[in-house]
Amino acid sequence: MPVAILEGTSLSKRFGALRVLRSVSLSVAAGEILGVVGPNGAGKTTLFGVLAGALRPTEGRVLLNGDDVTAANAARRCRLGIARTHQVPRPFLGMSVFENVLAAAAFGGGLAGQAAQEGAAEALHRSGLVDCANRPAASLGLLDRKRLELARALATRPRVLLLDEIGGGLTEAELDVLVGLVRDLKQDGMTIVWIEHILHALLRAIDRLVCMAEGGVIAEGEPRAVMADETVMRAYLGGVA
Amino acid sequence: MNENARPIFTVAPRRASPAGWIAIVAVAMLAVVPLLCGGPVVDKLTTLCVYVLLAVMWNLLAGYAGLVSVGQQAFFGLGGYFALRLVEAGLPPYPALVAGAFASAGIAVPISLFLLRLRNGEFAIAMWVTAEAFRLLVMFDPLVQGETGTSLLALNAYEPDLRRNLTYWVALASMAAMTAGSYWLLCRRIGWAARAIRDDEDAAASIGIETMRVKRVIFIVAALGCALAGCIWLASAITFQPRTNFGVQWTVFMLFMVLVGGLRSFEGPIIGALLFFAVQEIFGDFGAWYLAGLGAVAVAFALYLPEGIWGALRSRTGIELMPTQVKHP
Ligand SMILES: Nc1ncnc2c1ncn2[C@@H]1O[C@H](COP(=O)(O)OP(=O)(O)OP(=O)(O)O)[C@@H](O)[C@H]1O
Ligand SMILES: [Mg+2]
Repeated sequence: MPVAILEGTSLSKRFGALRVLRSVSLSVAAGEILGVVGPNGAGKTTLFGVLAGALRPTEGRVLLNGDDVTAANAARRCRLGIARTHQVPRPFLGMSVFENVLAAAAFGGGLAGQAAQEGAAEALHRSGLVDCANRPAASLGLLDRKRLELARALATRPRVLLLDEIGGGLTEAELDVLVGLVRDLKQDGMTIVWIEHILHALLRAIDRLVCMAEGGVIAEGEPRAVMADETVMRAYLGGVA
Repeated sequence: MNENARPIFTVAPRRASPAGWIAIVAVAMLAVVPLLCGGPVVDKLTTLCVYVLLAVMWNLLAGYAGLVSVGQQAFFGLGGYFALRLVEAGLPPYPALVAGAFASAGIAVPISLFLLRLRNGEFAIAMWVTAEAFRLLVMFDPLVQGETGTSLLALNAYEPDLRRNLTYWVALASMAAMTAGSYWLLCRRIGWAARAIRDDEDAAASIGIETMRVKRVIFIVAALGCALAGCIWLASAITFQPRTNFGVQWTVFMLFMVLVGGLRSFEGPIIGALLFFAVQEIFGDFGAWYLAGLGAVAVAFALYLPEGIWGALRSRTGIELMPTQVKHP
């Protein structure tokens, strides 16, 4: 059994009376690419929020490399190596594209001076945004804003990268580039958890798949086996019991 | 991606900006004004320094860190009050004025622990309530005599011309130091962090920025600047009245200067302060209606020219005297 780099144990999250996560346990092995699928409202983004420290779980713990980081805030978890992209991009609109990424390299990545600038430039390069570097972030369209989310997360030099639906809206060719990038990042030793609705792209990149529905994990394991699972099929048809 | 395919990035060396040199020369020239000009000019320049200081501080707070406070008069008033108390305790007036400002900034530390948890409108209102609470508390001090207020009579020990010049030099030094200090902060990592927090606080945390710590530093620096302004005001007015020194008009002035001059640029608020100074010279102070008018102009700018005069000029001409952005090489 490989070491788990990121682990969530019986995570629950309630918003008032709404139970969005119901005792979710999830373990991500170092160096693997884990896919996460599930119908809308399943709680996937909420799970990322809890793992990245943006949301406090109502119950449960988050472990990074075996250390309990449940009490650590989002900034600290980022510096410890957990980076995430936001499903709905959240660029710093009053800053340039380069400055968005530079801040990530300087704070999350812990880089200073020239190294920070180079780290930012490389993250922009990898995300395909280098030509927009000096444009205001506010001038980017939705797709480029998603690329900026990716560039910012990469600039923090994460050990675990949480990707939330960054493939939506891309052309087939662009999806190929994205799948290639994700594989390259794995080669570099990064661990990736990827929430994606575009299955054919996801299946080309991942080692393992988790399916969530109604706040719980309903299936996990070998990707094709999970997709063929009967509970998963029913969840996607909208009728999980 | 192929290791060799990665481009090599070089960073352009930072050049000292000509505007920086111009600013240094301007401050040096301003410093010798008392040797050349009469008292009224010196008094007016003292007032101008206070305006610039206030405008730069509010822009640092609201324009760069997104902390829209309508209660900075809390620190303005407290600075003067602490100075009075320190003089009462036996300190000479000028050291007491500077120490009073630092004491007021010290009060910003515990306040920041509570108020910086609030966001946007809640923070703004809480700051205003805080300023009012301090005004009421200070009125309980027998030294202040409630609404009546008091005077910094110890300053009368100085010969009037010397007093006027000393106050001016303190004002000029405070204005120059706080302005240069904020510019220095804004060009550094903490400046990027502040702007990121202003644009999206949660996203800023998600890239590793300790948002509370950054906001606290900016908040305390801005409190110090406002407190210095309050102490200088006390030194030139001599009288201390809770209703004036803790008055909400200071916030209206700051809003006017920053919104008209140009929020989020370094130059804008300074231009706004010059403009406000001119407006004060022409129209004088007409009380409540005058304040309402200033507020209305500020709101009109916020709605129809949100980047202010400087922002509009910048986008039309592309000039930038004191850039705080970092360019991709
Ligand atoms: N801050 C919040 N307050 C209240 N309810 C919330 C909040 N955030 C999410 N929810 C609810 O929690 C549920 C799960 O949301 P979540 O965004 O985690 O789903 P998801 O699996 O990411 O869905 P999608 O595929 O549409 O992105 C939804 O019903 C949503 O309305
Ligand atoms: Mg989602």
